[in-house]
Amino acid sequence: MSDAAHALEHPTATGIDSKKVAIWTLIGSECLLFASLISTYLVYKGKSLVGPLPHAESQCMLHGKMQTCEPIFEIPLVTFGTAVLLFSSFFIVLALYGAQKGSRKMLVGWLSMTVLCGLFFIGMQVYEFSHFYHKGLGYSTNLFSSTFYTLTGFHGSHVTVGVIWLSTLLYRAVKGKIPPAKALNLEIAALYWHFVDVVWIVIFPVVYLMR
Amino acid sequence: MATSVLDKAPAAHATAPTGIWSWITTVDHKRIGILYGATAFLFFLIGGLEALFMRIQLMKPDNDFVSAETFNALFTMHGTTMIFLGVMPLSAMFFNYFIPLQIGARDVAFPRLNAFSYWVFLFGGLFINFSWLLNAAPNAGWFGYANLTSNQYSPGLNTDFWVLGLQILGVASMAAAINFFVTIVNLRAPGMKMLRMPMFTWMSFITQILLLLAFPVITIALVFLMMDRHFGTHFFLPEGGGDPVLWQHLFWIFGHPEVYILILPAFGIVSEVLPVFSRKPLFGYTAMVFSGAFIAFLGFGVWSHHMFATGMGPFADSFFALSTMLIAVPTGVKIFNWIGTLWGGSLQMKTPLYFAVGMVAMFIIGGLSGVMHSSPPADLQQTDTYFVVAHFHYVLFGGSIFGLTAGAYYWFPKMFGRMLNETLGKWHFWLMFIGFNVTFFPMHFLGLNGMPRRVYTYPEGLNFEFWNQVQTWGSMLLGVSMLVFIYNMWKAARRPANAPADPWRGATLEWLIPSPPQEFNFGTVPAVGSSTPAWDLRRANGGALPEPASESGEGIHMPRPSYWPVVTAFGVLGVIGSILFTHAFPQWYFITITGAAILIYGIYRWAFEPAF
Amino acid sequence: MVTSTGTLRRLARFAPAVCLLVLLGCAENYPQTTLVPRGDFARLVDDLFRTTFWWALLVFVLVEGVLLFAIFKFKGRPDDPEPRQVHGSTILEVAWTIIPAFILAAIAVPTVKTIFKTSDYATGDVVQIEVIGHQWWWEFRYTELGVVTANEMHVPVGKTVNLRMTTFDVLHSFWVPQFAGKRDVFPGRHNPLWFKAEVPGTFSGTCAEFCGTQHARMMFKVVSESQEEFDAWVARQRVGSPLVNGGRIAAVDSAVPADTTRPAPPAAPDSLERAGVALFNSTGCLGCHSMAGTATAGVLKMMGPNLTHVGSRSTIVAGFLANTPENLAKWLSNPDSVKQGTLMKLPRKLTDAEVATLVAYLRSHQ
Repeated sequence: MSDAAHALEHPTATGIDSKKVAIWTLIGSECLLFASLISTYLVYKGKSLVGPLPHAESQCMLHGKMQTCEPIFEIPLVTFGTAVLLFSSFFIVLALYGAQKGSRKMLVGWLSMTVLCGLFFIGMQVYEFSHFYHKGLGYSTNLFSSTFYTLTGFHGSHVTVGVIWLSTLLYRAVKGKIPPAKALNLEIAALYWHFVDVVWIVIFPVVYLMR
Repeated sequence: MATSVLDKAPAAHATAPTGIWSWITTVDHKRIGILYGATAFLFFLIGGLEALFMRIQLMKPDNDFVSAETFNALFTMHGTTMIFLGVMPLSAMFFNYFIPLQIGARDVAFPRLNAFSYWVFLFGGLFINFSWLLNAAPNAGWFGYANLTSNQYSPGLNTDFWVLGLQILGVASMAAAINFFVTIVNLRAPGMKMLRMPMFTWMSFITQILLLLAFPVITIALVFLMMDRHFGTHFFLPEGGGDPVLWQHLFWIFGHPEVYILILPAFGIVSEVLPVFSRKPLFGYTAMVFSGAFIAFLGFGVWSHHMFATGMGPFADSFFALSTMLIAVPTGVKIFNWIGTLWGGSLQMKTPLYFAVGMVAMFIIGGLSGVMHSSPPADLQQTDTYFVVAHFHYVLFGGSIFGLTAGAYYWFPKMFGRMLNETLGKWHFWLMFIGFNVTFFPMHFLGLNGMPRRVYTYPEGLNFEFWNQVQTWGSMLLGVSMLVFIYNMWKAARRPANAPADPWRGATLEWLIPSPPQEFNFGTVPAVGSSTPAWDLRRANGGALPEPASESGEGIHMPRPSYWPVVTAFGVLGVIGSILFTHAFPQWYFITITGAAILIYGIYRWAFEPAF
Repeated sequence: MVTSTGTLRRLARFAPAVCLLVLLGCAENYPQTTLVPRGDFARLVDDLFRTTFWWALLVFVLVEGVLLFAIFKFKGRPDDPEPRQVHGSTILEVAWTIIPAFILAAIAVPTVKTIFKTSDYATGDVVQIEVIGHQWWWEFRYTELGVVTANEMHVPVGKTVNLRMTTFDVLHSFWVPQFAGKRDVFPGRHNPLWFKAEVPGTFSGTCAEFCGTQHARMMFKVVSESQEEFDAWVARQRVGSPLVNGGRIAAVDSAVPADTTRPAPPAAPDSLERAGVALFNSTGCLGCHSMAGTATAGVLKMMGPNLTHVGSRSTIVAGFLANTPENLAKWLSNPDSVKQGTLMKLPRKLTDAEVATLVAYLRSHQ
């Protein structure tokens, strides 16, 4: 039996599909996950013993000797990545609209854009991390590196899971297996995707912009 | 497409399928509940054995029954086992079996996720106990304080087993918490508004919220610890600028809500048992609901009362002292309402009532010693001594275990269709009550008289022998009481399954269906007009409830059994457990890759398998 | 079970009082009790404890009493009529919310006052002692008086000692119950504690934060003595201390005033000193211990205790064994069998002759 037919037979006490309540519950829980990571980042902000540092010059170990290192963040690149991620949330709204309306063209088109944006964001992060690594910021270099990589790494892995999830849905959408009756499945993925975006909206100013 | 799925949907069975494969693929909340209960009870006995070994070692000063290293592993595993493999899954047994019944549902919201939670729990429990076979059982305490848990001071696999085992168990708890939260929110019978839910379901609901909000914090703390141990970071290590006290903060931000996770279900059970056996409604239902919610909310604001000796400074000390004292108020409200329930009732002196009253009586003591701890300067003499060991055993054993045992006697007939023997039950109670108090009350004395905790021995000149011996004898008595309980259950199993649907004149929906229930639970769910629907029906029917007829279950489609939950659980074990080896032997990464492949494959097959 | 509800109730009321009497009456028998404070800090927190205890006892007697009363009074039978179906009482809910809140306030006010009194360092005319936790022994450095010792802290009666505490490895907790509450020690920072001993005597303390295999055997003694005795002790301990002249003073220094409070220990023959130092250097002791008269004389930060005055300590192995030749020999012969997991790992097993020489040598270092 399809989900919609099943839902008709067994109405929920809230009127909201159980899968949707579940994803909201997961999102609530994940807020605490990221709150712990962000709090630790903030607690250790400014406490690194050596560089490289995010916004200031420092002494750091590079190519085997201590030298003066520049601030390591490249704000323009990350700002662009942030914008891409924000737009992807907009794109998925359009994709969902297409699914609910029954327009396979809209659905596939905008969902592809969403996935591409997600891939771009991941690519930007991979580039950023390897760039940092070459400038002397390894995972265990200092408190900034450990907290930064763990926090953004957790976020990045959430993005990755989202991209895999959305790609699976995209594949099914292309094969015509997401009719309006099954739009809920996309809606749930979209809620997750929006959450991942909102987390980045917190991380970006707290980590990248705040000094 | 829809038709073909419906054709394949399994019809509700008149009799449950048998055989081990039916248990491995079951998605029936009742079976999963029994699996949780049996597994948890075994782990509980193991934890009890660990305690007995400790008590024998502590019987005399400078004893050598076990070595220092073994003792440290024993107390670490005793705590970890009792909390994560004992009390929590015993509560989960009742969540599983009775939340759907109490709200009039067919099953939980996500039956396969439910099965998945059980298998992950089992694998996590086996994983962490596997360490005994490698002589590498966790030995840095169930609370694993940094920097003792660093690679420098705890080399070897012990702490790795602990970290990874807890991460595996965390997956199980989180999945179950989402499941029960959605179930309670969405699957209540018509007319069952939130403020008409049974108290056990209410307290369990609050417990799920605590689980959802607390477990992510320990997950992150454990990730940081693993990174410190094997990937060179300094989250908790001073040589890189880190601070060991951060571990304590993160741990206790989880750890304090965790103790409410441990007690609230037992509170819920007592709130069910007392009204039924007093023959009157729970006194102050609304106050009980809100005090439970308030305790949970406040529970996130008291964590540093575990850290009064760390030198946080007077303002932090004062804040947490006041918040801790504040939390005593709603706790007291509950106790008074329970007494109010008994007051003026017609007390039916059956075993469930004994354990429920025992719980209240013991929790009063535990709560009062907790208030003594809430004053930081006084706590500087009490913390890290046997006084606090007494306190938490009074609330965890006297509270949670007594409460869960009350639930066991109360709900055993419903689950297994057989009554437990009343005489044996009362023997169990008195042996356990006396054994418990003889074991744990003297610990108050020992603590105040200077005996620290987590010590594998003590010297002769400090006069600790007498009470230690008394405590050891008490613990033996506790062990005997467990044997009586096991014997009672074994004898019951050999009786025919002909217990009535409602042996106790219960107030809630689970008593309206046969004992044990048919697979589909309710043929038709009655409309619910209050928090005591069974009593309402009795009154409407002139005081009697007809024995529910066996229904055919025709036309009711049940969730189909599935093996993807257990396969996916293997994937989780593979990915997380393999880190034990791959951090040191990266060439073994193929285990992690295989685990990840099983995990992802399992998730995909699960997602695309029709649920019904 | 019981014959009458009245009897049980009467008995139940006495039970907590009996417990209290048992508790207090026996407390004198416990050398490490918190209930007979002998220092000002301990007295402060004990007062607070007693306030809380009496309130708790009152609540216990009342609440358990009512519970027990209810059990007996309202016992029913299966065929009894249904009791009155009471649902609650708003008045009672308010009452039993407000009254406990007031009781808690009565505890909260002295609590906060005492917190502020006990959270910081002591100032003024105090004896400054740095406490350093190690796995599994305690180091005490009298920074202004120039004394470095282990596991035995001497303090003058009636004078405040100010402890500045840290650890060189994992977390520990310094606890001498008769004088003060405990305080944890953390690597990389210092925590304050202070107390003033009110009576002379030898008092035991212990580590109170799980710190690894031998957490149970990390005990220490606090010797509270008169000012004169304390000064004499300081004078003796300064000889060869790393904090005095880099420890370069030899074991016996004629420049230090003679100590008239104790009979003079027999002067060690020169040959014993030379043999001892030779073994000290060759059998690996100097890898972990500093000792006057050896290459590690002035070194402060070592794995093991400074042994310059080990002979004068009443216990060895962190308060575990009495300081006798037999125990010292047992310890040196096989440390791991005495204290499993100890970090004192000798490079090779010592011969009986070596052990005997070392025992005599160490015991001569009073």
